Amino acid sequence: MAFGEVGTSLSKIKANSLNLAGTFGFSGTVTGLADETPLVLLSTFTSDGSDATATFASGIDSTYKEYLFVFNNIHPQNDEKDLQVGFRDGGSDYDAVKTTSYFEAIHDEADSSTSLGYQTGLDIAQGTGFQTILRFIGDDNDQSASGIMRLYNPSSTTFVKHFVAVGSSVTGGDYANNHFIAGYINTTTAINGVQFKFNSGEIQGGTIDLFGVV
Amino acid sequence: MALSKLAANSFDLTDNYALTGTVTGVVSTQKLFLIKNLDASSSSTLSFVDGASSVVLDNTYKTYLFKFINIHCETNDKHLTFQTSTNGGSSYGVTLTNTNFRSAHKEDDSFTFFGYVDNDVAQGTSFAVINEGLGNANDASASGELWLFNPSNTTFVKHYMSQFSGMNFQSPPQATNYFTAGYFNTTSAIDAIQFKMSSGNIDSGRIALYGIK
Repeated sequence: MAFGEVGTSLSKIKANSLNLAGTFGFSGTVTGLADETPLVLLSTFTSDGSDATATFASGIDSTYKEYLFVFNNIHPQNDEKDLQVGFRDGGSDYDAVKTTSYFEAIHDEADSSTSLGYQTGLDIAQGTGFQTILRFIGDDNDQSASGIMRLYNPSSTTFVKHFVAVGSSVTGGDYANNHFIAGYINTTTAINGVQFKFNSGEIQGGTIDLFGVV
Repeated sequence: MALSKLAANSFDLTDNYALTGTVTGVVSTQKLFLIKNLDASSSSTLSFVDGASSVVLDNTYKTYLFKFINIHCETNDKHLTFQTSTNGGSSYGVTLTNTNFRSAHKEDDSFTFFGYVDNDVAQGTSFAVINEGLGNANDASASGELWLFNPSNTTFVKHYMSQFSGMNFQSPPQATNYFTAGYFNTTSAIDAIQFKMSSGNIDSGRIALYGIK
């Protein structure tokens, strides 16, 4: 055995026999490190300024019981458009059947109007269409929407798949719009993909981060 | 001659090793980072200022999450409020527009409520209510969370949203579920945030600031 490389005969280095004040660069895989995070970043969509869709076609499986999407500054091509979500249940289309509820609170910058209520036109009853999750986003340069969406246990083949979304938009009419969406994807087939798009026009700005929740 | 390489598995990695140097090359999956805990102690304000007291509130993270644990107020029937700063905490008063609503249910089952409440702000610079009418009984407090999106961005307005569970000031008290969301209507970077009661001190409780990469 060449000097300079210690082989199998050295079974243990005693504590304090190693200069731990040095710098160690690991090129292998280090396991067992305590990791404080309950969040693991799986992928990020960053708009290139002209995206028809934001698609998460992989990374959603049985690894995590919960997946968290974080939306930052989603900006539409056209004024007062809604960012919507569809779910893929094994095929190539994002058309899994959903039943959902939707309510929102709004308040305008002029302080002339407020409301809180259910929006019957924005829910889905056993439909395959995309569900609005960030609504009425303005297309002024400084207007956008942000929020979160949680998808629970998408790989289950026993239960329907629940999701919950909360968002904050600044609308084209200069309203603060706070919207709450929840529902379930009514299938016992695993959900393995999620797609976001506007009801019209492109996604022209913003990011969507997908996290696995440990 | 220096010992240049230890073969794999020649290390007993079941022991404890305290590295005082720098470890590089370890890929961490960590994406949620605790930045700062502030514990109230009869505090008139609790402030997180970028660059002060180990606080980071800049483009290091895209998303910030504040968690509130057992916020207890000095004075009965006061609101927990917040504002932000674009000048490093020299002043707190960024123009904002928001919504407020709550659900509530009294302990004796005599009252329930669900509706919009007029603590909202329209292009104002006042402190924004994030929990309403907190009680100061010994066992009363409020807990919740507040999301702040991309505060360092200089293109868009800055969105936030919050939800709190509180024990209100009445006797018997109500369980309140308080929701707010809105935006600071500025394209300047937000670099500080301050929390305070509408009157009196925050006697106790913790506000934890997390960054999400």
